[in-house]
Amino acid sequence: MTLRQYLRRAWPLYAMIVPGIVFVLLFRYYPMYGIVIAFQDFSPAKGFLHSPWVGWENFEFLFSLPEFGRVFRNTLIIAVAKIVADQVGAIILALLLNEARLMLFRRTIQTMIYLPYFLSWIVLGGILLDILAPHGILNQAIASLGGERQLFLGSNNWFRGTVIVSGFWKNVGFSTIIYLAALTAINPVLHEASAIDGAGRFRRIWHITLPGIRPTMVLLAALSLGDVLEAGFEQILTLYSPAVYRTGDIIDTHVYRVGLVSAQHSLAGAVGLFKSFISFFLIALSYYLADRFAGYRIL
Amino acid sequence: MIRDSSWFSRFFDGFNYVLLTVFALLCLAPMVHIFAVSLSGRAPATAGFVSFWPIDFTLENYEEVMGSRTFSRSFIISVARVLSGTSLNMFLIILTAYPLSKTPRAFKGRAIFVWFFVFAMLFNGGLIPTFFVVRNLGLLNTLGSLILPNALPIFSMILMMNFFRSVPKELEESAFIDGASHWRVLWHIYIPLSLPAIATLTLLSAVNHWNAWFDALIYMTDVANYPMQTYLRTIVVELDLTNVGIDPRDLQRLSDRAIRGAQIIVATVPILVVYPFLQRYFISGIVLGAVKE
Repeated sequence: MTLRQYLRRAWPLYAMIVPGIVFVLLFRYYPMYGIVIAFQDFSPAKGFLHSPWVGWENFEFLFSLPEFGRVFRNTLIIAVAKIVADQVGAIILALLLNEARLMLFRRTIQTMIYLPYFLSWIVLGGILLDILAPHGILNQAIASLGGERQLFLGSNNWFRGTVIVSGFWKNVGFSTIIYLAALTAINPVLHEASAIDGAGRFRRIWHITLPGIRPTMVLLAALSLGDVLEAGFEQILTLYSPAVYRTGDIIDTHVYRVGLVSAQHSLAGAVGLFKSFISFFLIALSYYLADRFAGYRIL
Repeated sequence: MIRDSSWFSRFFDGFNYVLLTVFALLCLAPMVHIFAVSLSGRAPATAGFVSFWPIDFTLENYEEVMGSRTFSRSFIISVARVLSGTSLNMFLIILTAYPLSKTPRAFKGRAIFVWFFVFAMLFNGGLIPTFFVVRNLGLLNTLGSLILPNALPIFSMILMMNFFRSVPKELEESAFIDGASHWRVLWHIYIPLSLPAIATLTLLSAVNHWNAWFDALIYMTDVANYPMQTYLRTIVVELDLTNVGIDPRDLQRLSDRAIRGAQIIVATVPILVVYPFLQRYFISGIVLGAVKE
């Protein structure tokens, strides 16, 4: 087949891919070029091309700031706690749902627990700000039971817990979907055979159901590695306040405040680059592990 | 199905039904509470007497919300964003996924293009440089700033590509023998056969556009250009009822808490309307993406 013949058939393929390439170049690759601001004393008036170069100075300054260790630690703690809670919760919920034999009941429960996933953090945040307020319904319930009212969003003792629990609320139902799909793929013959051999219900869960979803658990554990710096930007930006920066400020909210609110573009650019760099390796590693241990390939 | 009628197994069943019911009710309780507050009169809402049933039932909070011009404008901006953004997303997803779903023999250079997109998905220039790119393109305060930067959601495109690859090759081969071009094959074979995947990704894109708010917060310098969720943020998070078109005199009659509740509920209604479809397609969609063999 000559090139001419090839192109006569294949040219539309190249024409089709051009618009996607243009958009990705403009809004994905061009901003990558913009990471040079992390090595400059950037001012918007001079732009990427004419701002003076300062080498690693922004990074040296960044690593010397006490906030840096704080936001990095907060990010890791919140993100890892969320991943663990979400995965453990999803597995338990999926197992319980799988044991509930009434289909109508199961569907109803699923309908109820998936809903928060589809609502924005503004809607959920608005709800949380109301119910967790000092005079909100939760504190009223606590007070009427004789407890003490708590600042769930305004105190450093509570903030991380509130973020983790509300993240769980939004996401756990949805995370069960994958496990439920894996559970339905388990061959029922295995259950029948072991029941004939005298295995009770819990032995069957332990020896058949759990091993049956083990590949899915391994896969999701590997993929979640890519999320250990994703503590939930939109959620925390909605829920936090200066009172809880000590425990609740994360890398993304920090970049937003420093870079766009206080206009220290280069410093924020350095933090952003630091995160992008680590995330890139984490995601690449997570895809590698998912392929290696669970045979999952995105391509 | 295996019947297990031992005493302990039955006890577990009962316990399981109760546990799941309680958990599901807890998931919904906050929404129900806010809904009840939004339908309540000023005194009980402000005093916090409302739990899960409205007191002094009134629709005035909703009338106030719907009557606000800023609110209706933000609603229209959101609808425009969902319609234009979702169409653009789907157009680019399908158009880009089709060539990439071909074998390297049929589409030379495929590997390079795939890596071009995958790298762009994995590595991010970050918030600040992206902001300046959007600004330098003159997109601030335009609808373009909300729909163009993520015009091609790469992960969705990869899901579409994987779906296209599962379409039997014999169909297109016979079409090519009959003289069809790639355009016709895409339009007459691939798209009709991929409708479930397209429906899933369309819903995903529409929900993302409806729920997005942060981009407008940074790209819109004028509150008048805010879409619904971003506008809602000024009210329910910043607790600012002054510059958003609520008449202060009405606040003497109505509870600001109930008005906020009504705003939240109105922003949720479109999601509830498509929720049955979301549930149906998302379950097949997530399986399409995640547990593919």
